[in-house]
Amino acid sequence: MSELSFTQRFHAYANPTRFMTLSGKLVVPLGIVTAVLIGAGLYFALLNSPVDYQQGETVRIMYVHVPSAWLGMFAYMVMASASLIALVFRHPLADVCAKSAAPLGAAFTFLALATGSLWGRPMWGTWWVWDARLTSMLILLFLYFGYIALWATIEEPVRAARAAAVLALVGSINVPIVHYSVVWWNTLHQPASVFRVDGPEIAGSMLIPLMLMAVGFTFFFVTMLLVRMRVEILRRRVRALRLATAEV
Amino acid sequence: MMRAFLSLVKRDVALATQVGGGGGMAVFFFLVAVSLLPLGIGPNLNLLAKIAPGLLWVALLLSSLLTLDRLFQADFEDGTLDALSMGALPLELMVSAKIMAHWLTTGLPLVVAAPFLGLLLNLGSAHFLPLVGAMLLGTPALSLLGAIGAALTVSVRRGGLLASLLVIPFYLPVLIFGVAAAGSDVAMPGVSQQAMLLLGAVTLVSLVLGPVAAAAALRANLRS
Repeated sequence: MSELSFTQRFHAYANPTRFMTLSGKLVVPLGIVTAVLIGAGLYFALLNSPVDYQQGETVRIMYVHVPSAWLGMFAYMVMASASLIALVFRHPLADVCAKSAAPLGAAFTFLALATGSLWGRPMWGTWWVWDARLTSMLILLFLYFGYIALWATIEEPVRAARAAAVLALVGSINVPIVHYSVVWWNTLHQPASVFRVDGPEIAGSMLIPLMLMAVGFTFFFVTMLLVRMRVEILRRRVRALRLATAEV
Repeated sequence: MMRAFLSLVKRDVALATQVGGGGGMAVFFFLVAVSLLPLGIGPNLNLLAKIAPGLLWVALLLSSLLTLDRLFQADFEDGTLDALSMGALPLELMVSAKIMAHWLTTGLPLVVAAPFLGLLLNLGSAHFLPLVGAMLLGTPALSLLGAIGAALTVSVRRGGLLASLLVIPFYLPVLIFGVAAAGSDVAMPGVSQQAMLLLGAVTLVSLVLGPVAAAAALRANLRS
């Protein structure tokens, strides 16, 4: 495989069997890296990082809340890119990727909202507030639910794939809105501290565990994405076999 | 092509008005929903006056959502959509014609009914004109964006609820700016002009996004 160019390999792994072989080899190593990164991140986050001078120990929720929010948006971008590739290039595994990414993204978004509520109660005195950041994250969750519901409702996989791809692309306008919501509106949620034009303004001792957790979560996402894609390919094979036996 | 566009609009308007049920039932639902709200919230006229623009917009949204499956489903089931997709008009223009007919027979009657229903909610006299203006500007966006949900679920037999759920995230900017443009003092005091302009922007974006996305969704559903 190494003598092929990138585009040739892109098309080569469109073959589900080749994808299954490669992903089968990757899942366990990626899982190990995930465990190591999250383990190290949790050590630094819970034990070896400073407390905030205002918030005390509750600031440690940030190390779960922020990476979850990042992954929720990252998963939507993966979903939207895969949908674009599915619609434009008709890559056979692109819609499998998008379908598999959706529940992961929804889970991360829900986790971000839940940990945010748990953090907001001691810090702001309220479980929820209808400001721009929280509302747009809630809309992101609704978009995920709608996407999953569309896949579940349309029975025929090819038709479902294309319809879901259109929905994912139309909804992708929400992702920049979520990110810039704290810039465009005066919100209760704090403004961006890491992904800014001027660079991160967060202390290094807090940035390191945050980044460890973020990269660990990303590896978790990639591992689970590959696992879900493998399951979806197997599910489609079962369906094809069932249809074939039904014809006989 | 203009003739084909106009004749499709005329056909859809004729179907909606003669076969019945579309616009009339939407207005009836609008009336019922607005009547339910004071029964639930309490008849305090001062409170109702403060929240009337928001309540009217939410009821308008819900009434609009209910009419979405009339957009494509009937034509899909009897094969007319297949014939239209092979006709003179590009799919995006065909979808635009249907959306225009939908707005004329559903959105416009709702906007006409809104000031009368505002009386039921003790809407302040200063808010009537901005409210109608905002609704006139916003209801085309509701039809345009709703067509996306209707097109995505056209092949699903009882897809009305799913279409509504898919479309609600896209309706939210229309709702937020529409309520602010209606001069709601409680929601966002003093920003009604900017909100009206932003509402216009949302409608213009949906003028492009709606037919293109709906046509893409119809292509996905028609082909397979």
